[in-house]
Amino acid sequence: MSEVIAVDGVSKRFKIHHERHNSLKERILHPGAGSTELFEALRDVSFSVGEGETVGILGHNGSGKSTLLKCVCGVLQPSAGQIRLRGSLAALLELGAGFQHELSGRDNVYLYGSMLGFSRKRVDQIFDDIVDFSELAHFIDTPVKFYSSGMYVRLAFAVAVNVDPDILVVDEVLAVGDERFQAKCIDRIRTFQREGRTILLVTHQADTVKAICDRAIVLDHGLKVADGEVGEGLRIFREHLLGGAAPGSTPSAPAVRIEAVSAPSGSFEVRHGGQLDLEVDLVSDQAVSGNLVIEVYTRSGLLVSRNDAQAAPVDLAPGATRVTVGLSDVPLLDGVYDVNVGVVDPQGGTVLGWREKAAAIQVIYDGRAGGVVALDAAVTQW
Amino acid sequence: MRVVSARPSLRARLRNLAERRELLTGMITSDIRIKYKGSALGIFWSMLSPALTLATYYLVFSVFLKNGIPNFVVYLFAGLVVWNLFQGGVSSSTGVIVDRAGLVKKVSFPREILALSNIGAAVIYFLIQLGVLAVFLLIIGHAPAWGFVAVLPLAFLALYFLTAAVGIVMSAVTVYLRDVRHLMDVVLQLWFWLSPVVYSYENSIAAPLRRHGLTALYFLNPVTPIIITFQRAFYAAPVVRSTTTGLALHVLPSWSLGEFVVINAGLAVGSFILFLLALVVFGRLEGNFESEL
Repeated sequence: MSEVIAVDGVSKRFKIHHERHNSLKERILHPGAGSTELFEALRDVSFSVGEGETVGILGHNGSGKSTLLKCVCGVLQPSAGQIRLRGSLAALLELGAGFQHELSGRDNVYLYGSMLGFSRKRVDQIFDDIVDFSELAHFIDTPVKFYSSGMYVRLAFAVAVNVDPDILVVDEVLAVGDERFQAKCIDRIRTFQREGRTILLVTHQADTVKAICDRAIVLDHGLKVADGEVGEGLRIFREHLLGGAAPGSTPSAPAVRIEAVSAPSGSFEVRHGGQLDLEVDLVSDQAVSGNLVIEVYTRSGLLVSRNDAQAAPVDLAPGATRVTVGLSDVPLLDGVYDVNVGVVDPQGGTVLGWREKAAAIQVIYDGRAGGVVALDAAVTQW
Repeated sequence: MRVVSARPSLRARLRNLAERRELLTGMITSDIRIKYKGSALGIFWSMLSPALTLATYYLVFSVFLKNGIPNFVVYLFAGLVVWNLFQGGVSSSTGVIVDRAGLVKKVSFPREILALSNIGAAVIYFLIQLGVLAVFLLIIGHAPAWGFVAVLPLAFLALYFLTAAVGIVMSAVTVYLRDVRHLMDVVLQLWFWLSPVVYSYENSIAAPLRRHGLTALYFLNPVTPIIITFQRAFYAAPVVRSTTTGLALHVLPSWSLGEFVVINAGLAVGSFILFLLALVVFGRLEGNFESEL
C-alpha cells in the first residue's frame, strides 16, 4: 500500500491578539503595544495515510482537528513540519466558499472546479454528472444568488465529488442538506471507498467514524493521542472527552471488559414510568474500583442522559462480576434508545472499559405527550 | 506530489502559480463578467469610457486650452493608458485579500492569484484602451513610430511585472495594516503627478530638474520611462512645431531606438526581479493571514 498523505511533524501556532492594532495609525500611536499570545493548535503531529484508506480524525472542539485538516488541504500553512500529498485532492470544507453570487450555476461549476485545482477540460467531461448529482438541471443557468442554501451546498458538493479526486477530505459537512441528500453523500463516500480512493474525515460523531472509517486518529489539545483501529480510537476519544485527561497522558490499557448487558426479565421493554433492571457482566484482570457510567442515546444520536458516575461505584475483584443497574421511573417516551455502558476510574475519570450500544431499550408509552421525555405541565387557573 | 510546508520555496511558489493558471484566467473572466453582468452593452461599456475620456481630452486640449502641443490628446492618452494599468492594478489588488477573506480562509490556492487576477483584469482594460487609441489614431490619421512600437512588448512586460510586484506586496501588507489602503490612494495620486502623463517631461520639467541635479531622482520612478516609451511610440515625434507660437517644442526626450530598447529591457529584468522578491515577501507575510483576517 503506497503512502498518499504523509504528515510529518506538523505544528501550527496562532497569534491571539488581546489588543489589536491593525492600522498604520494605531501602530504609530502605540509603538510596541498590543499583547499577543501564541496558541498552539497542533503540536508535532505525524501520521501517514495509505492508498484506499478511510481515516477518521476524532477530537473534541478545539482539539485541532479542523486545523489539521485545513493544513492538509493547504488552506493553512503549518508553522513547522511538512505535509506531502500524492494525487489530486478535493476538500469538502466549507462548501461553496468560492462561489460568485452574480454568476450562474454553470459558471460557478467551472470556477469552483478550477479553484479545487481541476482543469476546464476535466470539468467539461463531467459537467453533466455534476448537474445530475446536484439535481439542479433546471436552475443551472440561474445566478447562484437566487439559490436556496440547500441548492448552494448541493451544487458545491456535486462538483467536489464528481471531479474524481484521488484524495477526498471531508469536514463535518455531512450534516448539511436534507436526509435524502445526506444519504446520497454517504453513498457517494462508500463508492469512493470501493474505488480505492483515500478519504480523510473529520468529525466528533463517533457513529460516523464507526460506520465509515477503517482507522481513527484521535487529537487532544493539538497532540495526537491515538492512531489505529477504530474501536480503540473511539475508546481513547471517550476517555479524553469524559475525563478531560491531561494532554499528553498516554491512555492506560483497558482494565475492565464489559462482557454483556442483559435484562433479568428477558426483555429490554419498559413502560413509561416503569422500572427496568439491567444486569451488567464485567470482567476484570485485577482488583479495581471504578464508577459505572450509563449513557442513553436516542436513535438519532442525541444524548438523553448520562448518570452521575460518582454515585455509582463498583468494586471489582479479579475475574467476573455481575452488577445490576436499576433504572426506576423511566421518564422516556415511546421509542428505542441505545445504552452505552462504561467503567471509569473514580479519580481521574480515565475510562477503564467501555461498550458502545451495549443494549437497546424499548419504551412503551400510551399517553399523548410528545418528545423524548414527558414533563408534567400542571396548569393552575386562579 | 504536492507539498504543504511552513515556507514554500520561491521555486515551489512559481510552480504552484504555473499549475493554477486556469484558476487565474477563470477568475479574470468571472471578474469581468460580473462587472458587466446585466448591462446590455456588456464589455462595450469598457470601451465607451476610454473613448469618452479621449473625446473630452480632445476637446479640452485641442479646442479650449491650447498648450501649443499639436495632437496633445494622443500624447496624453498614450501615457494615461500606461498609468491606468499601473494605478488600476495596484489599487484594486491592495485590499483584495482583506475583501476576499472568506475565500482565503476556506479554499486552498496560491493567494497571489487574487492580486494577479485583479491585475489581469486591469490588463484587459489596458488592451481595450489601446484598441480605442488605435481606432482614434486611424480616424485622425496620426501614424505611430513603428520602430518604437516594436519596443512596446518589452515595456509592457516591465509594466506588468512592476504592477504585479507592488500589487502583491500591498495586498499582503493591507492584511496587517488596514489603513494602508487609504494611504495608497494618496500615494498613487502623488505618484501620478510625479509621472509625465499630463505634462511633457522634456518640455516642462527636464530643464529645471537638470538645473537642480534632480534628474536621477525623477527617474527613480520606474513608471516614467515606460510612459515615455508609449508616448514615443504613439505620439511619434520628439520635436514638434508649436501651434501657438510656431517655435520648435521638445515634447519627448530624443533617445535613440537602441537606448529605448536598453532602458526597457533593463526595466523588464529589474521588474521581474522585483516580482520574485514580492513573491518572497508575500510568502513571509502569508503565514499569519488566518489570525489577522
